[in-house]
Amino acid sequence: MVFIAIVVLTGTGGDICVTYAMKRIGEVQSFRPSVVLPMLGRAFRLGWMWLGIGLMAIAFFSLLALLSWADASLVVPATALSYVTGAIGAKFLLGEKIAPMRWAGVVLVCIGVALLSFS
Amino acid sequence: MNSRTYSLIVSVVFFSAMGNVLLSKGMKQIGEIKNYSPSALLAVFVRTFTSGTIWIGIFSFLIFFISYLLLISWADFSYVQPVCAIGYAFVAVLSYFLLGEIISPLRWTGVLLIGAGVALVGWTEPRTIGD
Repeated sequence: MVFIAIVVLTGTGGDICVTYAMKRIGEVQSFRPSVVLPMLGRAFRLGWMWLGIGLMAIAFFSLLALLSWADASLVVPATALSYVTGAIGAKFLLGEKIAPMRWAGVVLVCIGVALLSFS
Repeated sequence: MNSRTYSLIVSVVFFSAMGNVLLSKGMKQIGEIKNYSPSALLAVFVRTFTSGTIWIGIFSFLIFFISYLLLISWADFSYVQPVCAIGYAFVAVLSYFLLGEIISPLRWTGVLLIGAGVALVGWTEPRTIGD
């Protein structure tokens, strides 16, 4: 249980940090390499980006460790909780406004992804 | 802005699915690792990184990650994360029609719930925060 919480919370934390880094860089207006590459270069000089990637790496290796001893049919559906923690993090840490319709969609996606990972 | 959002969502979903499929195919070609001695692991390492399938898989993940970063540079995380889950439903439907895999009723229910959830989230504004 503790490990599932670690996987979900570090994964969500990583996503939130990477999103915050990209929001600081600002909206990328064009897909031309001459625009995209310098923006990515700036993004990868931000501490938030590396903190996010580090947290995602912890989430990934914790998941691998967990799968080596725990039952995948419990672990994999449980990681679908990331959709709910992601929305909560986006609301309270990034200040996104989550309309009731978006909450409903997030909950449906969370249940759907959990069901899909049962074989 | 919306057409850019949609084209990047398609790119994120497509290249992450491609990356997964290609890496899994590449590693199956290399075969199960049974011997963990340093020389055997080195041989596996060399075969992995000389495989064209593995490199196209890695390249797909690179395009996926760049598309994802561009997308979240303006769209809400609480929009992008659930909407990209359509990829799971898409892979299940494709594996049913193209690979003839059997999908249990429980998993079809999952596909439907994801589709409905993505439709609801997709209905909301992709961006709710100002600069």
